[in-house]
Order: sequence, then structure tokens, then C-alpha cells
Amino acid sequence: MLIAKPGLDGHDRGAKVIARALRDAGMEVIYTGLRQTPEMIASAALQEDVDVIGLSILSGAHNTLCPRLMELLRAKGMNDVTVLIGGIIPEADIPGLKQAGIAEVFLPGTSTQAIVDFIRQRLTSERQGV
Amino acid sequence: MSELKDPRVRSSECRRQASAAEREWDEKILRLALARSPERSAEFTTVSGHPIRRLYTRADLTDWEAERDLGRPGSPPYTRGIHPTMYRGRLWTMRQFAGYGTAEDTNRRFRYLLSQGQTGLSVAFDLPTLMGYDSDHALSEGEVGKCGVAISSLADMETLFEGIPLRDVSTSMTINSPAAPIWAMYLAVAEKQGARWEKISGTLQNDILKEYIAQKEYIFPPAPSMQLVTDTIEFSTEHVPKFNPVSISGYHIREAGSTAIQELAFTLRDGIEYADSCVRRGIGIDLFAPRLSFFFNAHNDFFEEIAKYRAARRLWYQAMRERFGAKNPRSWALRFHAQTAGCSLTAQQPYNNVIRTAIQALAAVMGGAQSLHTNSLDEAWALPTEGAATIALRTQQILAYESGVTATADPLGGSYFLESLTNEVEKGARDYIARIDALGGMVPAIERGFPQREISDAAYCYQRALDRNEKIVVGVNDYVTPEEPIETLEIDEAVASRQQARLRQLRAERSSDEVRRGLDALRRAASSQRNTMPPLLEAVKAYATLGEICDALRDVFGTYQEPAIT
Repeated sequence: MLIAKPGLDGHDRGAKVIARALRDAGMEVIYTGLRQTPEMIASAALQEDVDVIGLSILSGAHNTLCPRLMELLRAKGMNDVTVLIGGIIPEADIPGLKQAGIAEVFLPGTSTQAIVDFIRQRLTSERQGV
Repeated sequence: MSELKDPRVRSSECRRQASAAEREWDEKILRLALARSPERSAEFTTVSGHPIRRLYTRADLTDWEAERDLGRPGSPPYTRGIHPTMYRGRLWTMRQFAGYGTAEDTNRRFRYLLSQGQTGLSVAFDLPTLMGYDSDHALSEGEVGKCGVAISSLADMETLFEGIPLRDVSTSMTINSPAAPIWAMYLAVAEKQGARWEKISGTLQNDILKEYIAQKEYIFPPAPSMQLVTDTIEFSTEHVPKFNPVSISGYHIREAGSTAIQELAFTLRDGIEYADSCVRRGIGIDLFAPRLSFFFNAHNDFFEEIAKYRAARRLWYQAMRERFGAKNPRSWALRFHAQTAGCSLTAQQPYNNVIRTAIQALAAVMGGAQSLHTNSLDEAWALPTEGAATIALRTQQILAYESGVTATADPLGGSYFLESLTNEVEKGARDYIARIDALGGMVPAIERGFPQREISDAAYCYQRALDRNEKIVVGVNDYVTPEEPIETLEIDEAVASRQQARLRQLRAERSSDEVRRGLDALRRAASSQRNTMPPLLEAVKAYATLGEICDALRDVFGTYQEPAIT
């Protein structure tokens, strides 16, 4: 799985904690580092052949960055990649993000276990073709 | 991941000698009580994981001398505060951080806050501004005006302060990598308003070291960044003597997940690094040290935070006297701004955040803060609405005028618990400072990833404690209830296009010859290590944009990329 921090923001506490928790849960995790454009994230996802992309966004730029990434993934034929967001996301923006193809939005206060469980369940059901 | 050592549990051992009375209490009363009903937990710790004992008595303060370690307010070692009368003389400055959208939007919010009794301004800039990009740069897309106000040139800065007399209002600006050009714009606005530089006051955050450590809004590598910070300190001592040219910040270190002790230690060691750099340039310590100011977090753990502020003053006093030989008492006294902990706010049951913020703000006041920002209840969702920002300001006014805690200096001074905790926090910070000294100072420590790694370990330990319910956050991992969404502030998506139109007009109307001359002079000063403030002032007055100025500096200094540490 790929953990990415798109946009100009440098607050990486959440991204780093999640990367470490997923690694501790036995997942193979790549953290892109800071200030990745949607283009860079899509290329990294293709190159590393990941199942899941986790985006950490706290700056309010999610409505611009997420639809762009989803478009790029579709253009590269990566329709089956699960994309998740964690961060400061106003409630009113969540339906639009899901419509753009984001699988789930995790808000502040989510336990790392809840994220691990979500990913496991999602991957299991995909593999079973549900 | 390899076995993780919990960096938060680093108890400083206290040599306790139990008195006969205490032994008797232990054996006859305590033992019975524990047998009847055991304590709720085997171990009690602060939010930072620092161990707390059952009871504190005089036996915990055997090495402690009231005259030496406590003293009196307004005199060394400043444990009790930096002013002899503290808040009886003057209350702290109520300074709410604000900024969003265009300069017009933020100018309106500033005028509203001043009309509601706020006593100083504090500017939040958007991410493109913080990273030295104009609003029309490709990387600015989606970020313009989002988490602060968009300022791309002197024209925007003029709008931001329209109708606000800079002679009378003190302004704090949260800007780091591009602090020098933003300050040049502010000074140019003051000049246009007829406010003399010797009279204006305010604070520039301008603390680049904590950017590499925690917040990660850096542009240039550490060495040239230190050169820019030193330029601003030197310029302020000569021309803008009432301005604080740097606000050495632990706030962001704590928000990144550090413990209270790490926040204190890394911040003071950053302060030592700036002081060293100025002394190396030949500026006398007592010329600039009185204008160094600090900025700390006010987190949930009430007594730990108060202990942190008191220990900070004691440690800085010692550093100024012993390391730097400062003679001016104003160099010895650590002044600080505090902000309540953004990372403690919950998206769940957001009205609970008003109570959290009030407790945190009370700690800052009991700890002797000079100015304070209180967060708004809705900030785990978005930037604050006007209503939420007003409650945050009212929280400070209630503390100031209703709580009674302002009537005496250091109201908790002499408490066995608080004095012990102050000693332990001081010792913990002193140990870290010694480790950073051994690494050759903060810049080499940052290059080796030392503070970054300590903080990310502490952040992970805290998250694990939450996940295992060892620490409870009300509404998050206990007392959870279903809830309705609250109203949040929406940033107009048209801000970016309005800013882009303004920039097009600016570029068409200004003299491109003047801009080019200004930027060339800036490149020459930067590469020959002359003070960059005079050419920056020329460049901003010619309406060179922030992006153009930062590009000129990028040409000379290059940019910084950190190795990712997870």
C-alpha cells in the first residue's frame, strides 16, 4: 500500500503514524514523503503495483487533489485501486469525494485498528470478487 | 518494526526520604485504603507519559531552595513570571490567529476581532504564501486562501491592513521560510501609513529550525535559512527595535506529537542556535536577546504544562547567563505566546472542545503567558466560523475578568507537586539539550534526524495508547454518541481566480525594469552574504511578487529535500 501526502502541506504526523501502524499490522507500506502532486502519486502507485492508496490531507485542498488523482488512475487503467483519505475534511465534502471514487474518508479520532480492519475487509471482498 | 522504546517514560528519579510521619501514614492509613479499594490504575502518567506519584510532600523537594529555585516574580530565575506584578499590572495580549481567502476577506475578520475587544492581530497565511509561491503558480492549485490568507505582493499586504493603523496595533505573522520578504512588505505598508519603524511592534515567527524538525514548511537548506533569520534579527536591532524578529516555537513540535519535555528542550536548543548565529555575526548578545520571544503549546495536562512554562523560564535564564554571558536582565527573561493544542481538538462532539480549550488556556495563564490564542471548537473540521472564533475569544475574557486567577502572580508557586514537576521537566529538558550539544548543535542534529525521530516515536506511542484505551479521549474512544454535523466555514473557490486576476493586473501595471533591478540586487546580497533586508525592501516596493523573490533566493541558495523518516 502507498501512503501519500499530496499538496503543499507539511503536517505529516498522521501520515507517518498510519504508515507505521499498517506496517506493524503486517502490510507492506511505502511512504512517498512530502509534497507529491497527483501525477507523482499515480506514477508511484503504478510502478509499485499497490492495492491501496492512503492520502493524508489537512489543508483543505482535497476537492481539487482527489478528483484529479482518481482521473489519473483511471487513465492508467488502475480502476481497482482502493483510495482512502484521512485528515481535516468537512462533512459536506464527503459525498462529493465518494462520488469521485474515494472508498472511505477517515476523520480525526479514527483508531488505526479501524483503518487496518477496513483495508483487510475491502481486499478480502475484492479477492473474492464480491 | 523493531521493539519501540517509549520515549515518553523517562522518569527523572527523585531522591525521596520519607519522614516518620509519612512512614506511619503509609503503613497505617494508605495500606488499609488500598486493601479496601485499589487504585484505578497501576501507573498514572501525564499526557506525555511522564510518571506521576500518589502524593507529593516536602520530601520531594529535598534539593529545592525557595530563594534559589523559586525567587520572586520579575527577578531571577523567573520561575514565578517575568513581571513583578504579573497580570495585576497588565493582562496578557489576546491574540487570535486569523486568515483566510483574499486580503479583503481577512481584513474584514481582523476589523471584526478588534471591534470585539481583541488586543493584537495575528496573521495566518495560506500554504502557497508559506511555501513562497504566488497564487497563480501550478503548485498553488486548490490551496489558495484555504488555510490562511493569500499574499503574493505588497499590493495584497496593503489591502490586508487597510484601515488598521500599524502604529497602534501589534501584529504577529506566522511565516517562516519567506519571513524576510513578508516582513519587508509589512515594513513597507507601515512606511506608507506614516508609522515610524522605531515605533511599530509585533512578532515574526521566522523560526526555520522547527520547520525542519516538525512542521516541514521549508524552502532552502538549513545554512542559508539561518543566514536569512540572522539578517532579520540584525535588521531589527538596528531599525525596528520594538519588533520581535523571531518567535522560537515549540507549538508545532508538540503538534507533531512530541512530549512536553521534548517540546521544551528542542525549542530552547533552537533558541540557543539562533543566539549563537547572531553572536558569530558579531552582534552583542544584549543587543538582540531581549527581542527573542517564544511560542509554546498549551496542551491538556494542566500541571505538566504549567511546569513546562516555569521550567522554560528557569532554563533560558541559565542559558543566557552561563552560555552567553548576557548582562541585561531583559535578555534573561523568557517571554512567550501560548496557543491551545490544535491536536487535542476532536471532530466528535465538537462542543467539548470549548471545555478543553478553556482548561488549556487556564494552564497558559497560570504559567505566566504574555499572549494567548485560544482555538475554536470547530477546527477539527475546518477553519473557524465567526461564531466559533468569538467563543474562543470570550474564553480568554472570562479567564481574565471572572476567574480571579489574575489577582496574584504564580498562584500555584510552592505547591509540592508543581515544584517537583517543574524540577523534573527542567531536568528532562536539560538532558536532551546536552544530547543535542553532543551532536554539535541543532543543525547537525536535524541533519541526522535526531529530533524528528524522537518526535515520531512519541507520536506513535501516544496513538498506540489511544488505540488500546490506555488513554481516554472523551467522545473518541469512550462516551461515544451518534451526532449531527455542525456548521463549518466554507472557503469560496473563486478566491484563486480573483487572486490570479489581481496578479495579472499587477504584473501589467508595475515597472518590470524596477522589479528586475530589485531582484538582481537581492541575488547579489544573498550570494555575498550581505544583509538581504535592504534589497528585499527595494524589491517589494517595486511590487516584485513573493514567488519571484523566493525564486531569486532559490537560484542562489537551492532547495531542501528531507529524507523521509517514518
